[in-house]
Amino acid sequence: MSQILWNLSADKVLATLREGKRSDGRKFDEYRPVQVIKNVSENADGICRIKLGQTDVVAGIKMIPGEPFPDTPDAGTISVGAELLALADPTFEAGPPREGSIELSRVVDRGIRESNCLDFKSLCIREGELVWVVFIDIYVLNFDGNLFDACALAALIALQDTKIPKLDDKDKPVKGEFAGKLKLARKPVMCTFVKVGNSVVVDPSLAEEKALDARFSVTTTEDDFISAFQKGGEGAFSPEEINKCVALAFKKGKELRKQYCE
Amino acid sequence: MAKKTGSEETVTYVDKSGKRLDGRKADELRKIKVEVGVIPRADGSAYVEWGQNKVLASVYGPRECLPKHLANPYKAIVRYTYRMAAFSVPDRKNPKPGRREIEISKVSGEALARAIFLERFPNTAIDVDVEILDSNAGTRVAALTAASVALADAGIPMRDLVAGIGVGKAGGHLLVDLNKAEEDAPDAVDIPMAILPNLGEVVLLQLDGLMTQKEWEESQKLAFQHVKKVYELQKEALKKKYAVEGNSGDMEAGARAAEEGVVE
Repeated sequence: MSQILWNLSADKVLATLREGKRSDGRKFDEYRPVQVIKNVSENADGICRIKLGQTDVVAGIKMIPGEPFPDTPDAGTISVGAELLALADPTFEAGPPREGSIELSRVVDRGIRESNCLDFKSLCIREGELVWVVFIDIYVLNFDGNLFDACALAALIALQDTKIPKLDDKDKPVKGEFAGKLKLARKPVMCTFVKVGNSVVVDPSLAEEKALDARFSVTTTEDDFISAFQKGGEGAFSPEEINKCVALAFKKGKELRKQYCE
Repeated sequence: MAKKTGSEETVTYVDKSGKRLDGRKADELRKIKVEVGVIPRADGSAYVEWGQNKVLASVYGPRECLPKHLANPYKAIVRYTYRMAAFSVPDRKNPKPGRREIEISKVSGEALARAIFLERFPNTAIDVDVEILDSNAGTRVAALTAASVALADAGIPMRDLVAGIGVGKAGGHLLVDLNKAEEDAPDAVDIPMAILPNLGEVVLLQLDGLMTQKEWEESQKLAFQHVKKVYELQKEALKKKYAVEGNSGDMEAGARAAEEGVVE
């Protein structure tokens, strides 16, 4: 669809929301159906493909032994990359990551890292020498809105299923052998809202994203902590709207966790 | 943003007399200085010193948007570039823009866009460049504070100034304007915010760290309360350059007039 058509679609989205409805018939606080597909890649140490409505993403985990950061010699780390594949949307292009995918990967990273769901100290192999680096690589396969939540959920489920490779005496992973599962202390789940006109809805569709004034993502944990926020878009939120989103993010996070992460 | 150091020694972030590591109270901002018009070649510019943070901001435009395919026929686009000088951090920063700088540039540009009457300048670009010359936590909010003053200095019509503020938590205490030592606390939560104080709107909001919903709501209140001080300093600095005799430099009146003049 060209930009002109998206502009018309945005007018429609706004008009529908003003009537108290969403263009795809969902309630304002309703997610699209989620489909979780596992075992997409045998070479990955952990993997999960998520379909959120027609949005389709896959997150794969590779555990690689690497050097620790000088300031944290006894701690492993994570690295999140998000690739907006050219095949997923007419506006995505191949090439180095742009600001959209950089923001996406950094917000997913923040939600996981800051929730302390991974005990980075337990990912130390030999202090000051060798630690596990958990690479979380996310690929967007079809873009139909709300990449943030789809990618965060795919990353979480992939981490839950991640096996730690066994290392030989030269610190090389032994193919097909594992030394146990990656332990997660928490399950951080992201909930994204968009504001169109004066309406705020959860899990934006592509049409809603094209119409958005502002976007707000909240990552919550099951023990009632916020672990990340990110506001985007050229619009603004009132403090009351933000507080409502946070409260709803806890509620929706619980539902998603119960349905897909247990 | 905060990086966990993993150090086990216990640090007292707020002592019994209510003082922080650098002697401030829990809700006290660092010393802030705002100067307007520091780059003669720019259409608008500002310099902000915020504690140890030092930020230069310039504005060029509205001007022809090049390359042309980026132009929007309905409104101006804002191109915000946040960069840190190589010497602005304890180690040397690689001058190549990193992922952090790119993300900050994106969300900060979006924050500023809300404040500007972009519809008045279709097909143009407003280029806002900020350079961090020295840093000690809270540079993105200092940068936005400088950038919005630079926009006003460039004479660009705005709904409100964008005032930045950081809030968060260290050692179990809710704090305003965390410095680096506080951001490095094991339980640190860092919440950079940018607010349109007159309109009561939040235009930039990020958080990392673990915080309860109640703590967040309290933090947000602190941010709104103390951002007023930043706003006053911004206005004072603009008045210092622009107020002339017989003109009170009342920017609210100017902003209202601008608002009324716009057909939306």
